[in-house]
Amino acid sequence: MIARFMKLEWKQFFRSSYWQKSIAINILMVFLGLYFIIMFLGLGLALFPMLEKYFPDTDPFVQVNNFVFYWLLGDLMMRFFLQKLPVMDVKPLLVLPLKKSKIVHYVLNKSASSFFNLLPLFAIIPFSLVLLSKDYPMAAVTVWAFSMLVFTFIINFLNFIIESKSSETEFSLLPILLLVSSLLALNQFNIISFSSMVAVSINYLVASPWGVIAPILILFAVYWVNFKMLIGKLYIDGSLKKGTKSVATNELTWTRKLGAIAPFLQLDLKLIWRNKRPRSTILMLVMSLFYGLIFYPNPTYQEMPGMLVFVGIFITGIFMINFGQFIPAWDSSYYNMLMSQNIKYKTYLDSKYKLMMASAVLLFVLSMPYVYFGWDILLIHFAAMVYNIGVNTHVLLYGGSFNRKQIALDKSAAFNYQGTGAVQWIIGFPLMALPILLFYISYKLINYEAGIATLIILGVLGMVFHRKLMKFIVQRYKKNKYAMIAAFSQSN
Amino acid sequence: MIKAINISKKYAGNTVLSIENLEIPKGQCFGLVGNNGAGKTTFFNLLLDLIQPSTGQIILNEIQVDKSEEWKSFTGSFIDESFLIGYLTPEEYFYFVGELRGMNKADIDAFLVQFTDIFNAEILGAKKYLRDLSKGNQKKVGIIAAFIGNPEVIVLDEPFASLDPTTQIRLKQLLKSVVDKQRVTLLISSHDLGHVTEVCDRIVVLEKGKIVKDLSTSTETLQELESYFTV
Repeated sequence: MIARFMKLEWKQFFRSSYWQKSIAINILMVFLGLYFIIMFLGLGLALFPMLEKYFPDTDPFVQVNNFVFYWLLGDLMMRFFLQKLPVMDVKPLLVLPLKKSKIVHYVLNKSASSFFNLLPLFAIIPFSLVLLSKDYPMAAVTVWAFSMLVFTFIINFLNFIIESKSSETEFSLLPILLLVSSLLALNQFNIISFSSMVAVSINYLVASPWGVIAPILILFAVYWVNFKMLIGKLYIDGSLKKGTKSVATNELTWTRKLGAIAPFLQLDLKLIWRNKRPRSTILMLVMSLFYGLIFYPNPTYQEMPGMLVFVGIFITGIFMINFGQFIPAWDSSYYNMLMSQNIKYKTYLDSKYKLMMASAVLLFVLSMPYVYFGWDILLIHFAAMVYNIGVNTHVLLYGGSFNRKQIALDKSAAFNYQGTGAVQWIIGFPLMALPILLFYISYKLINYEAGIATLIILGVLGMVFHRKLMKFIVQRYKKNKYAMIAAFSQSN
Repeated sequence: MIKAINISKKYAGNTVLSIENLEIPKGQCFGLVGNNGAGKTTFFNLLLDLIQPSTGQIILNEIQVDKSEEWKSFTGSFIDESFLIGYLTPEEYFYFVGELRGMNKADIDAFLVQFTDIFNAEILGAKKYLRDLSKGNQKKVGIIAAFIGNPEVIVLDEPFASLDPTTQIRLKQLLKSVVDKQRVTLLISSHDLGHVTEVCDRIVVLEKGKIVKDLSTSTETLQELESYFTV
């Protein structure tokens, strides 16, 4: 049976048009995976000598356990942002003679073979081998390595609980950030010292191996919670739920002043406000506005203008990066209709451009209080805004013509976590890295002002040639029209 | 009004539609029948330039559909639910389509009055998003939206499927009246031979992508079709 499930998924993956178009991204993912493997291998090998060097008074095998708490929190954070929940299109399976528990067990067990569970082994095993080579007792090292593995799986399943609970809330990032930061704070200010609690427990485990049963029991408990949670979701009434509450409509009459793009702008605003997924991108804005507070008060970053450019691009561009990279996939469920309606591509794309532009200006205005940390920060924000409007918008619109992945706006949250994996972050990367690089080159070669000027000039050039660029982009969309229609009508 | 010249569609060497010559004059009600996979929807998708023809061309009122987009301003269509915007209310959807076709809110409100009995008080003012309506009601919205803006050509794929009996009868009356009064060229496909013979002046039977019958509707047509499809 498991083999049959796996065959289904294999087919879904390779037969989707998304896969066929995004080989480049898949290759990039492989490289990223290799990079992480090498990093972890290096950590595993270097950990023992490093502990010996920095903590000469304590036994490295004891000292290492003081860091396990941070390791686990880091693991949890990384998984939350990068690991996708185990997904499977369950609806067609529900009416077949299959036990529901079998489907859920399969989905959960599949997650155990995730890369994120494999990765820690690349650090744990080398470290254990180093321990053995230093004549630590075989039994103790084995128990240690084994319990680390159990912890990894606990984090794996814990993450799914957090992820699926928080995907039901409006502001999906808040729960994990609250959890991790409060644990860290409690630990930091010695209110409850989790790190030493974890260390003490592991040391105890190593000393008396029977204690290993405790983490195994915890593992079974989190697995069981996951199981209960998923089996409760194996009904389609989640997706059949009727919108019983009546909806308020807003005419958005102010958009009329904008002429031809008005109907599309209205549509986009409604799209954002009435669908959960795009709505969460709006709520991200609030978060990102405070992002500067991490960097600006810290004097070390003042010496690194490249970092400040990153913050500027991020703050003024967070909306366009999140919203723009799914143009025109947001409209995928009714793309056929748009294509047979009396619509010019130019006005359609122009409304998206204006929306992204407005977001950059608005975010710049909202970020003005950062002038408290110095006028040069405001200047960087301004340059970043101009660059975002002139360059990144066009890059995003151009990139949109390669978009082949449908977004199902109306699917319920259960078993539907599209576009929340590592790929989304990779696409955003060049949008932020390129301006930093351009700034840095002219900053190193000439001076700080030249770096700022480079960004502004590029942005202004983009705005000046807006019509030309749009013409070119519209050509791309026209050329890809049939491929996009075909891909968007594919539901997997 | 509509000319299909030597049009064909192949998928990986498999011909799914191949029509040498088909002309539909203005004001005709044109019915397309055929078993599953006969090429009905493919023909409509080609007509609306949603897929690319392998050979040939479709000309709508002197405009070749895959070369210019001018035909969109006088063509209304509803193929399936992917023509609906799920997060709009029915009214908002009608206003949106109206705006694309140069009709303002008041025009649309006046236009919708004539469909009150089809909507049956379940659609207008229900304060629900389209995605929360039943399949049948969604279909009603899509079909009515295809009539917005006085189009000269209306394309409906399987308009009668999943509608309740009352609405099927009302829809038939509506389709007949737009063809008679407004000289609209109407293209519909259907699996229901009774409905299509009742509404259409001309019926074309497709089989495996080819035209096998081209009938002018008379009293014997229904019987002829039934005997054709009885295997």
